[in-house]
Amino acid sequence: MKDSMYPKEKRRSSLRMQNLHLPSHILLIIWSFIALFPIWILFVNSFKTRFTIYDNPFWLPAKWNVGNYTAVLGNNDFLGYFKNSFMAVSSSIVLVLLLGSLAAYALAHWRGRASTAIYFTLIAGMMLPIRIASIRLLELVKAMGLLNTIGSLIPVYTAMGIPIAIFVLTEFVRQVPGELTEAGLIDGAGRFHIFIRIMLPLLRPAMATVAIYNLIPFWNDLWFPLIFINKENAKTLLLGVTRLFGQYQTDWSKVLAVLALSALPVITLYVLLSKQFIKGMTAGAVKG
Amino acid sequence: MLLIPKKRRSIPALYPGAPYWLRYILPALLVYLLFMAWPLLDSVRLSFYTGNAANRSFTGFSNYVRLFAGGEVTDRYWGAFGQTWYFFAIHMLVQNVLGLLFAAMLSNATLRGRQVYQTIIFLPTTLAILVTGYLWKLILNPLWTRDVLTGAGLGALVYPWLGEASTALTAVSLVSCWQWVGIPTVMFVAAMGNVPGDLLEAASIEGANTWHQFRHIKLPIIMPVVGIVTILTFVNNFNAFDAVFAMTGPNGPPNYKTDLIGTLFYRVGMAGQHPVAIPDTGLGAAIATVTFFMLCCGVIPTLKRTQTKE
Repeated sequence: MKDSMYPKEKRRSSLRMQNLHLPSHILLIIWSFIALFPIWILFVNSFKTRFTIYDNPFWLPAKWNVGNYTAVLGNNDFLGYFKNSFMAVSSSIVLVLLLGSLAAYALAHWRGRASTAIYFTLIAGMMLPIRIASIRLLELVKAMGLLNTIGSLIPVYTAMGIPIAIFVLTEFVRQVPGELTEAGLIDGAGRFHIFIRIMLPLLRPAMATVAIYNLIPFWNDLWFPLIFINKENAKTLLLGVTRLFGQYQTDWSKVLAVLALSALPVITLYVLLSKQFIKGMTAGAVKG
Repeated sequence: MLLIPKKRRSIPALYPGAPYWLRYILPALLVYLLFMAWPLLDSVRLSFYTGNAANRSFTGFSNYVRLFAGGEVTDRYWGAFGQTWYFFAIHMLVQNVLGLLFAAMLSNATLRGRQVYQTIIFLPTTLAILVTGYLWKLILNPLWTRDVLTGAGLGALVYPWLGEASTALTAVSLVSCWQWVGIPTVMFVAAMGNVPGDLLEAASIEGANTWHQFRHIKLPIIMPVVGIVTILTFVNNFNAFDAVFAMTGPNGPPNYKTDLIGTLFYRVGMAGQHPVAIPDTGLGAAIATVTFFMLCCGVIPTLKRTQTKE
């Protein structure tokens, strides 16, 4: 009603102004600056030295110094931590995908009250705070002789990842046309054969979503390594970072190099696959 | 056998029942039950015991009595309890409101560079809070930034934010919001994608302004996701540990003012407290049980209220 009081020309130009979204851009640019600023700080200061870090902390180094990086990478411990994290995270994700897709296949095809009950029991885990169970988990891991090994982390991470895997993959299997399975059955293929030959290839994009969803919490987990692992050669990257943080405390430029190197794998993956990351992270809450 | 629909029973080989399908489900179910469900429930039982795995004896409610009857343990618990609620409130007010605001802007189809903004907003979320926490600890260090800030006329910002009891918890909470704001943002963006465009168009023709469109069209549609985000924030904040561990330390300094339930639980149940560095598993389990109970009381009504559809 109000708009009709203005001449047509004016309305059109105000619409153009509206589509520029100036206030939105201003706010989003300010926040982008706030979001990137610490990462900028991390980057530029990791190329300074212990003392030059105090001159001009927010700007590029006067003289680029790669010594921090060579020192950290030359430290055998760091590479060991890296390897441990990689092993723990990749084995857990493979297990989540394997166990999750098997169970999802069954839960999608087997209709019945028991199936529904198992499904809801499993996906309830998406909201269960597993840290609360730590006291019992610590004793369990100790009793299994897994303490101070990355083997202690793998079953816990797998249990953490299974709920979301079931949630995403069951939904996905249900959308696969029944004709595909029936055609396989008529041709005399067993259900397991159908799972391997027909389902798994179709499930690939959904499995990528599950893998990405779990990657960040597994890679960035500090809690379980902190309570399960005390031995140097079994420490994960983040646990190693806490140790090196203490060791280099008087030399912040080295600390920053450690932080940068520990963040590098995830940042690289994120920059390459940001769309998939964002899609993966919303998988738990929003369908489609 | 009863679970198989009658029509299908004629060809059992093609439509197998529970015994067959359980073989696929059991591996996942066993790992989940053994490493998640059972430890969670058994922690409740452990809260009625004292001692450790080798030597455990039933003590009834004595762990709860120690937790609530007064003395140092009680002071620590209520301190951490109040601070965790404060931590949660800041996240709801800053992280989730900002996320909603960003999402409302980013879901506008005519906004240019939406993908770039979203990628940047989400970037800190991919980093470990331990890493960003250490980083912010340096940035908030007044010794490091004094010259450059006073030089820029921002001398008022030179302050030991993490060292002063009055500001430390707020500083830690805000850093945590900075880190996680990407999660509510992308969830709300995805949810707002479900809002039918013609509905908004019709509303704007009828003269509804942006706020009215948000309040009466978008918000009701994204309500289920608002519920999920609230629950995630609640569950994560009541287990928060890394942010405090990195920025101030596991003891929640200064003077326990940044102590959260997560850090208290760690000290009591996992690491052991000064002067005896032996974990008190019974008391730790009692803290965990109270948290668990509180989370159930918060989560179930929120789910019921926001997930009514489906």
